[in-house]
Amino acid sequence: MKAELRTVKTAAELSLAESYAAAKPKLPGDGKVVALREAAFKRFDAQGLPHRRVEAWKYTDLRAMMREAKPLAGLPDAAAKARAKTAGSLLADMDARRLMFVDGVFVPELSDLAKLETGLEIRPLAQSLASGDPLLATHLGRVVPSDGDPAVTLNTALMSDGAVIRVAAGATVERPIHLVFVATAEKPVSIFTRSLAVVEKGARVMLVESHEGAAGVEHQINTALELVIGEGAHADHVKIIGGDSSMVHVSTLMAAIGARARYNDFSYTTGGSVVRNQLFLRFDGEGTLANIRGATLLKGSQHADVTMVADHAAGGCQCREVFKTVLDDKSRGVFQGKIIVRQGSQKTDAKMMTNSLLLSDEAEANQKPELEIFADDVQCGHGATSGALDENLKFYLMARGIPEKEAETLLVQAFVGDAIEGVEHAGLRDALMDDVVAWLKARGT
Amino acid sequence: MAMLEIKNLHVKVDGKQILNGLNLTVGKGEVHAIMGPNGSGKSTLAYVMAGKAGYEATDGAILLDGENVLEMQPDERAAKGVFLAFQYPMEIPGVATMTFLRTALNAQRKQRGEAELSTPDFLKLVRDAAGKLEINMDMLRRGVNVGFSGGEKKRNEILQMALLQPRLCVLDETDSGLDIDALKIVSDGVNRLRSPDRSMVVITHYQRLLDHIVPDVVHVLSKGRIVKTGGKELAHELEASGYAQFQDDAA
Ligand SMILES: Nc1ncnc2c1ncn2[C@@H]1O[C@H](COP(=O)(O)OP(=O)(O)OP(=O)(O)O)[C@@H](O)[C@H]1O
Ligand SMILES: [Mg+2]
Repeated sequence: MKAELRTVKTAAELSLAESYAAAKPKLPGDGKVVALREAAFKRFDAQGLPHRRVEAWKYTDLRAMMREAKPLAGLPDAAAKARAKTAGSLLADMDARRLMFVDGVFVPELSDLAKLETGLEIRPLAQSLASGDPLLATHLGRVVPSDGDPAVTLNTALMSDGAVIRVAAGATVERPIHLVFVATAEKPVSIFTRSLAVVEKGARVMLVESHEGAAGVEHQINTALELVIGEGAHADHVKIIGGDSSMVHVSTLMAAIGARARYNDFSYTTGGSVVRNQLFLRFDGEGTLANIRGATLLKGSQHADVTMVADHAAGGCQCREVFKTVLDDKSRGVFQGKIIVRQGSQKTDAKMMTNSLLLSDEAEANQKPELEIFADDVQCGHGATSGALDENLKFYLMARGIPEKEAETLLVQAFVGDAIEGVEHAGLRDALMDDVVAWLKARGT
Repeated sequence: MAMLEIKNLHVKVDGKQILNGLNLTVGKGEVHAIMGPNGSGKSTLAYVMAGKAGYEATDGAILLDGENVLEMQPDERAAKGVFLAFQYPMEIPGVATMTFLRTALNAQRKQRGEAELSTPDFLKLVRDAAGKLEINMDMLRRGVNVGFSGGEKKRNEILQMALLQPRLCVLDETDSGLDIDALKIVSDGVNRLRSPDRSMVVITHYQRLLDHIVPDVVHVLSKGRIVKTGGKELAHELEASGYAQFQDDAA
């Protein structure tokens, strides 16, 4: 193992260490939090940025892709807040409760904390860290141990703000909660946000995160959400990495799902120059139904990587994973999915499907579905397909008078629609479909 | 002027010569039947008329109202009035049949410089046409041809034809896979579209279809060319004697 230790650090790693050292005294949190940050940074520092020889990151060599680390974002000024106002517009018609984070900082005057539904609590993470919120003491960094994942350790070390949400047992939160993360700084910065949502027994809530940044500015975003879903709870989580931003975006979801729960997760990615979207899911109790889906549409030289681990620590859960990737120009789409079924997790019913559609000869898809099964009475499977649009289908449409572009649009819509259909909220489903159509319209000829 | 004039058509598919100097003239308002053994090139002829990629015309011309369509994209040909009822209609999961019909109809109207149809007008048009073909509206809410039986797919082809009102209809074995009742429904659908301004090329293996859709002219296609042309009685002769004589001729 000694040989793996690297003594030579990259410029990005060195400046991350400097940023951490300089920020440490100012970052929110009491003694316990300081210790948590310190341990996390040590762990990160020992391994450095992940690179292609780290199996879990082999398609997304962050060390090579991040030549330098951008300075930590400062507090947003009035102009930044003004620029942030239009963020999250894809979801404008959803009547969601918006919580606005500008350059990583919660902005109350742009957020809606009025008339919280009974049983719903929302606090900014910075405040919770500073005040020693017991919810954090119980859960922060503990929901699904990420096993030293470098993105998560770095996030823990440098987390500045985010949302802490609690939905009390039995409560139903009618309005979706929309966490709007927007990077508005005119010069590239690094932003570390961390959120925690605890959905207690039998509660119901829909959480949406959207992430976007100014076009052409190479912000570096590292964001994470820890999600605790109690027994019999019903939670929807949607993540949108959108806009025409050039950010390097690393996102992590860590979700622990209790017995007899319903969980729907949807990731939608069209933005960012480099995106790594990680989902670490653990099923802790029997009888849960989960739908984990995603749609990624890339063009130009965009690179997006969805890496998912679904760990069936308990049996008797049904989980469906469907990930669709549309790749145009010279873009590259990665899907790595692993289903783990622990010994004794009998009657697990888990199926994973990943499909890539290549709209250009120069686009590239890497798909790696895996099963690790240690129980004998299970139904598990996975599939992966990758290919161009079916010429025969295109001809059929064109033979009816539909021009080539429009025929392609219909077929691509159908391709991603398969995943988007899984979004339960009708308004969001329509908004996503409209966005797909707009994306297709904007394609170069 | 003939509506369709195919002159000395040579077509290669994957480097293989399939059509070898085919000539065919169909007058305005006429219905021509094309019969011929398996593999003789009937579907190839249908595809090359509709403009399928990979069907390379190495020589000859296909003139629609005197205009060569060989250089046109499939959608342009459709807008000019060419319609192919496929031997094997495609299933397109995720594209609702109604969306498909509407997109097609409006695309053709747009290409011809006509206004798009309003939703109520479109719905009425589809409801009327579907009713005549005994297609229920629930089926049309599904993906294009998804979960349709073989016969339902063929009926759906004729529905499209009825909606798009083409000038030249090419029917490739529309009768295959149809039960007796469906054959009647489909044939009636086709017959309703017969008009002095519309020509049809009906590809079939069976005389039975031609009892319903009575052709003006019958051709025999063998080894990539028309080897015999006659009246509707030719179909009866073929039913009795088979294709052996033509295959020998062409060899
Ligand atoms: N892609 C292809 N590559 C090579 N040969 C092909 C290809 N497509 C068709 N052919 C050949 O072309 C010939 C004509 O095929 P075609 O489908 O036109 O026949 P057909 O007359 O419609 O037959 P059937 O009555 O069985 O429908 C056949 O020998 C067939 O194998
Ligand atoms: Mg054929």
